[in-house]
Amino acid sequence: MSLTSIDYQIMWNRLIAVVEEQATTLIRTAFSTSVREAGDLSAGLFDRSGRMMAQAVTGTPGHVNAMAESVTHFAREIGLQNTYEGDVFITNDPWLGTGHLHDITVVTPVFRKGIHIGYFACTAHVVDIGGRGFGPDGNEVYEEGLLIPITKFAERGEVSDLLVTMIRANVRTPDQTVGDMYSLAACNDAGNRRLQSMMDEFGIDGLDELTEFIIQSSRKATLEAIAKVPDGSFEHDMQVDGYDIPVLMKVRLDISGTALKADFNGTSGMSAFGVNVPEVYTRAYACYGLKCAIAPQVPNNTGSLEPFEITAPEGCILAAKRPAPVSVRHVLGHLVPDVVLGALHKAMPGVVPAEGSSALWNIQISARASDPQSGLPNREILMFNSGGTGARPTVDGLSATAFPSGVSTMSVEATEHVGPITVWRKDLREGSGGSGATRGGLGQIIEIEAREGYDFYFNAMFDRVENPARGREGGSLGAAGRVELSDGTRLKSKGRQLVKNGQRLRLSLPGGGGYGDPKSRDHALVKADYEAGMITSDQARDEYDFEV
Amino acid sequence: MRTNSNRVGVDIGGTFTDIALETPDGLSTTKVLTNYAEPESAILEGIEIVAHQSGIEISSIDQVIHGTTLVTNSLIERRGARLAFITTEGFRDVIEMRSENRFEQYDLNLELPKPLVPRKDRLTLNERVGADGDVLLAPEPKEIEAIADRIITEEYESVAIGFMHSYANNNHELMMERALRERSPGLSISISSLISPQMRELPRFNTVIANAYVQPQVSAYLGRLSGKLASVGLSASIFMLHSGGGLISVETAAAQPVRLLESGPAGGAIFASNFARSHALDKVISFDMGGTTAKICLIEDGEPKTANTFEIARTYRFKKGSGMTVSTPVVEMVEIGAGGGSIATIDSLDRIQVGPKSAASEPGPACYQRGGSEPTVTDANLKLGRLDPDNFAGGAIQLSTELADNAIAEKLAQKIDLKSDEAAFGITEMVDENMANAARVHTVENGRDIEHFTMIAFGGGAPLHACRLCEKLGIDALMIPPGAGVGSAIGFLKAPFSYEATKGLFQRLDEFDAGLVNQSLGELHAEALAFVNEGAPEAECNTRLTAFMRYSGQGWEIPVQLPHIQFGNSDIEDIKCRFDEAYERLFGRTIEGLPIEITNWSLIVATRLAAVKQIGRISQGEGAREVRKRGFFDAGTRSTVDAREIERAAMSPGMCVEGPAVIVERETSTIVTSSFRAIGQIDGSLLLLAKEVSP
Repeated sequence: MSLTSIDYQIMWNRLIAVVEEQATTLIRTAFSTSVREAGDLSAGLFDRSGRMMAQAVTGTPGHVNAMAESVTHFAREIGLQNTYEGDVFITNDPWLGTGHLHDITVVTPVFRKGIHIGYFACTAHVVDIGGRGFGPDGNEVYEEGLLIPITKFAERGEVSDLLVTMIRANVRTPDQTVGDMYSLAACNDAGNRRLQSMMDEFGIDGLDELTEFIIQSSRKATLEAIAKVPDGSFEHDMQVDGYDIPVLMKVRLDISGTALKADFNGTSGMSAFGVNVPEVYTRAYACYGLKCAIAPQVPNNTGSLEPFEITAPEGCILAAKRPAPVSVRHVLGHLVPDVVLGALHKAMPGVVPAEGSSALWNIQISARASDPQSGLPNREILMFNSGGTGARPTVDGLSATAFPSGVSTMSVEATEHVGPITVWRKDLREGSGGSGATRGGLGQIIEIEAREGYDFYFNAMFDRVENPARGREGGSLGAAGRVELSDGTRLKSKGRQLVKNGQRLRLSLPGGGGYGDPKSRDHALVKADYEAGMITSDQARDEYDFEV
Repeated sequence: MRTNSNRVGVDIGGTFTDIALETPDGLSTTKVLTNYAEPESAILEGIEIVAHQSGIEISSIDQVIHGTTLVTNSLIERRGARLAFITTEGFRDVIEMRSENRFEQYDLNLELPKPLVPRKDRLTLNERVGADGDVLLAPEPKEIEAIADRIITEEYESVAIGFMHSYANNNHELMMERALRERSPGLSISISSLISPQMRELPRFNTVIANAYVQPQVSAYLGRLSGKLASVGLSASIFMLHSGGGLISVETAAAQPVRLLESGPAGGAIFASNFARSHALDKVISFDMGGTTAKICLIEDGEPKTANTFEIARTYRFKKGSGMTVSTPVVEMVEIGAGGGSIATIDSLDRIQVGPKSAASEPGPACYQRGGSEPTVTDANLKLGRLDPDNFAGGAIQLSTELADNAIAEKLAQKIDLKSDEAAFGITEMVDENMANAARVHTVENGRDIEHFTMIAFGGGAPLHACRLCEKLGIDALMIPPGAGVGSAIGFLKAPFSYEATKGLFQRLDEFDAGLVNQSLGELHAEALAFVNEGAPEAECNTRLTAFMRYSGQGWEIPVQLPHIQFGNSDIEDIKCRFDEAYERLFGRTIEGLPIEITNWSLIVATRLAAVKQIGRISQGEGAREVRKRGFFDAGTRSTVDAREIERAAMSPGMCVEGPAVIVERETSTIVTSSFRAIGQIDGSLLLLAKEVSP
């Protein structure tokens, strides 16, 4: 049977289904809350030279090219001469994987008829990796947990006992962390079985032609899309809160024909705390933002990602050097698309949204007995929460919705079964969306109190408290975030703090920026917003020129 | 079921209302056009036709079993009541904030579905119950009264009440309901602790709101239906098929219409299950393909797989996450946008994409000659010789090969430099690939290997595609039942009376409180039994208990069937073993040392099904008489093959045809590919076997 372009299309389609299925399996089997609830994982297939052929669309665009790059590191470090059938490679090196120690990447070389033809890879966020635990307070990566260099988890089918013993001895949840590693390996195996049966069906023994087909068509479509963006150099910057001192993010986009470069020269230097971002993660989020605006329909693979050339000078906070702490790199990472899209807006106005809340407001809560003698057990609770997204040129921003991350929140009822807290409020924050011809999405308000017998600590990792989301084209600022007790006592927006029994923590999440002149907003929409309590009467009058 | 009575099954679908009448002498069926303004008129029209066919008086019909898509349509088209939602202060926006994520990652202009209740109609009460059912904040009676007054003043047609943790303690919901009842005894009120007493506020609130939204309308319709039937002397009792695949009384249906969602497709699954039982097939995947969608359901040991949550009214075609998740018992089906009318396009990467957009029945595929100009799956099937232009729908629609050809050439082939027969093959192969992938993912998610399943194919399009699907999935046995055109209506007649009662009752296995669990399960059992008794008093019943379990800290539960409904402390080890077994089956491993917990419970009481007549399999036979030879494009061999054309009627028991062959009948054609053979079975069904497996 000679293969036609239809056959290649079918195989491409099949490969995307295979990696999606890999991802689904991981989501169902993983222990880590952020994998299950947030889809903090990825899965993909690579050819023998490490070119990515297909990748699942998951809740973490941050993995998009991070994982794409990591397979070439594995190929280089381990070497083809040491790659055997039955091998499983592993690492969680933040600079070679996906940016922090909690993400474990597992790569399995694929063989057919004894010949090495490619790799399956997948990444998942594990429950615990030792060290201080998940949080920004470490000053070096060594404090953040165990670093597993690129190594073999299994060789010719034999799992390394020494490695497993080492890991078990260094993490708080050995069964779950090591269990998830086996899950990752099993998920690659499942992908491999499906790949092999597809190759049987189509009578092929190598992936080279198929890879060429996928990469060439994707590259062509991506370059055509980039060519439609007007040429020129476009600069933009944005200040965000950072950990203890403000961080300036600065980007320059150079577009010329089908070439697109983004460089972060001029961005602030590294922080002493774990908000630093390895360059690989910066590239991923910058690329994600650009891809959404320029070529959203092209599936992710080497052909569609390579045309986006993204760099950050080593040593800046968006290209942190070893041994910088990087545990909560997602906070600044999630803000990267806002600044990149701001630059792109200057090239092609009318496409990208205003700035949004962007960085997630995740809360890690540690409930502790108020009286240590009471014998009440410790409980850990993790909640994911999102503020508002920026207004779009033609539609309002999304309220309490994650962007660029794709995470989901959890049921409050389920959360209250996990630990001794009461969530008194989790609803939209009225008036928090930036005014504009289209309105920014609203943030939300969350109030949390410990149940009887407990106090709690929470680990704050919140941004946009000092630097709210900006509007575009005359749209107003979204509301800034606030961290306080319900009596109005202000708390810090970064770091671990205590909330005693009887006190309520109140988080007011930021709103998205507005787009266009608020005075030009359709008065019927302003009226509807007012009636729904989405905006206040003052806003209606002062900002929208609408008398209630 | 009882064969000494006359029973009629009625399925109202989007286009047709299907009627099947079962009498002691046999079955007669018909299809009439659905009447949107007065659905009951079409029902009566159809019943008169089948009664006439069977030679019985309408007044001698004992039971009418009814399923309908009216509830689903009313939600999709937003034609429900003007309603208010009363909830706990601080949780007004649960239904608007949803899961706070985006279901389409790369779409900057994504729009989320609008909640059924606008924000201004969502009222809140200062009250709060904790996770264990304890009262953290008792409501002020004055505030309850003020809210009730406001509902009356503003003349809402319907009210939904949903408070936090009300599955654990529903006193506050009942207090609110009472205040409303005092003011307006006839007001439509739905409360979440009765409609869907399960943990997780978003699906529970969605469910009670969906119920309140359609309740006045459904209740009025059912009243009209009973009246209409009675007016012509048809005093039969009416029962409704619920989405879990059983029957409930019309009164229950009027109070809990949310249980009627998806009742039509559930009928199809019961039809296939009944067929599976009579052929002693214990692992079946049913495949139903119509004009717009394909549906896939797993059937094991004669029972369709059920779930307790599903998503309705998706705003982006078939996109997971774009609808509302409701928690009500349902036959679990995967539905994808793949049907005869699915439109093929070329994307920006020069790839052929099929669906989810459909030309539906109007204007229909290009070849229908009704003004459709987009190439569809049906056009491709025609182009590839799988359909006969002169004998489609029994000759009722003349198909134009030329128009099909033009559409494929202009909209597809020329854009990507292919011959139009190559492009046609691309269309069918892509749609088959999409369906095969969906089927495979569904079985994998359930921890099953699809290779060991038998496929049952029904619905107009399925027999054209099923054989190729089996080739792709490695399935070696495929069955095509007779009467598949009105499968759902026939399925209704085979359904048991059943009711699934659910309850959120949180239990850690190491702190298992057998007394509390037994008391709750006793209540669930009494509740379910009472509903079943409305339809089938004193019938013999089966009880099935499912606990939704997980390791402590996990976010998803898995269903674990338990053997009885009363427990002692000595049973804890057994419950753990059953959890381990189910977990290992799904995920391939268990985790030692982690505590295990139960979140929700589901108890089904169902009348015992009568034993079905077992039909032996005929695996070989003599050659059936062919009408003529006809060419079609065989996907597996990538070539046009010279196929035998056989009338379905000629495939009497024991008649056999080697693929490639086309078996034609009024409603559809069955394609037998080169790697399969077909054998007529005793009940008029077709069995297709892979030649490789049974040479």
